[in-house]
Amino acid sequence: MGRPFFQIEDDPGSNFTELLRKVGIEPFEPRWSESLSVPHATTCVALRFTGGVLLAGDRRATAGNWISHREMDKVVQADRHSGVAISGAAGPAMEMIKVFQLTLEHFEKMEGRPLSLEGKANQLSMMLRGNLGAAMQGLVVLPLFAGFDTAEDRGRLWDFDVSGGRYEEREYVAIGSGSMLAGTVVKVGWRSTLDEDAAVELACRSLWEAADGDSATGGPDGLRGVYPIVAKIDVDGWARVDDSRLAEVFGRIIGEAGSR
Amino acid sequence: MSMPFFTPPEEMMKQKADFARKGIARGRALVAMQYSEGILLVAENPSNTLRKVSEIYDRIAFAGVGKYNEFDQLRQFGIRTADLLGYQFSRRDVEGRSLANSYAQIIGQSFTHEPKPLEVEILVAEIGPEPTGDRLFHIAYDGTVLDESSCCVLGGDAETILERLRQGLDTSVSLALAVVHAVAALAGPDRTLAAADLEVAVLRRGVERRCFSRVDDADVAVILEGN
Repeated sequence: MGRPFFQIEDDPGSNFTELLRKVGIEPFEPRWSESLSVPHATTCVALRFTGGVLLAGDRRATAGNWISHREMDKVVQADRHSGVAISGAAGPAMEMIKVFQLTLEHFEKMEGRPLSLEGKANQLSMMLRGNLGAAMQGLVVLPLFAGFDTAEDRGRLWDFDVSGGRYEEREYVAIGSGSMLAGTVVKVGWRSTLDEDAAVELACRSLWEAADGDSATGGPDGLRGVYPIVAKIDVDGWARVDDSRLAEVFGRIIGEAGSR
Repeated sequence: MSMPFFTPPEEMMKQKADFARKGIARGRALVAMQYSEGILLVAENPSNTLRKVSEIYDRIAFAGVGKYNEFDQLRQFGIRTADLLGYQFSRRDVEGRSLANSYAQIIGQSFTHEPKPLEVEILVAEIGPEPTGDRLFHIAYDGTVLDESSCCVLGGDAETILERLRQGLDTSVSLALAVVHAVAALAGPDRTLAAADLEVAVLRRGVERRCFSRVDDADVAVILEGN
């Protein structure tokens, strides 16, 4: 690898992905064949509430009929005011998240200011387009992007398609194998007046139902103390909802399910 | 056949050094010092957008004086090198020493081989887990690296400012007292500097990841008025 010192006509500017290419690293090159059984990550939801936006995702990764990981982080912080959740092939998805986080940080350091929220969503969609070759070979990655737009003072969220299509959603979105179940629960329960507590409860309920009906989605695991990741992003930035609060919410849901 | 002019190497180096020194002395100075929570960087810089101090990586900051376009190019090189290294290995593998050496090579190379040497003087500041692990790598226009301890000054009139800075230097003071001390050293006895003339940033110990943060003009004004 050469030194990252460029002539003007060859300079990649503030773009980290482009910088990787210039130094000879191609992050989204298709390298595997379809016959490989790789871990897959599943259900994630995002919904808006009055103060911002909430992201939630289960922790299970599966390879075929096997559970390959029980503590996967599918919902991760992208930068101070945004987060990303992933479904699909775990390896390329993790790589995509890593490059995405670095792209945002790189831009911020080079330019002295963060990218706009829309700019971040656009960047993610370009990465997906770059992954199309691998997706055609079976390594599909589908992310979900949510953040607090400090310029517009509201939470915003986006989902994507394999070819890099970028769709902004107004209320909520669910992705992954349990998305039909989780999405339906959120759809029925969503109100524009939802506050943070109610949003956390609704997200947990949606994941509970997804785990109840979809074998690839993990439920709350009291035995190992592993709970889904729920994070809110509001004007103060990203904050994880801690496990003790989730344990309480899931305890209530389980109680209700038992007394039906 | 005409012979090209011969300039002895000593003479050439001296001319280049004088040229670089003159260019750097035209700009305003910058100080760095340890304080109770980390490393403080204060630059005299009336511009609010063209920065002299900047974040490189989790624990590393960059500061430059002299010709803006030249040290800004070096700043970008630093961010790129650090981000690429962190991407390929781990965030822990990015450290100030190797970056300072790369800078020294680039600047030294340019000093010896280019017709015009870089008119810059830069600082790579790195914060350690403990104050003893803090590093201030001062790189001069000819590529000389100095591993300074507790404080250093870059730019025009550096020696006088350093003398003032060293007088009564206490590295265990709060941010406010450190800012006041640094600004007094920069300004000297005959001037006062307002918040708008300054660029203040810190590397704060104990922050989980990105330790660099700026202290904005309003906060600096409050600190300066309070004293």
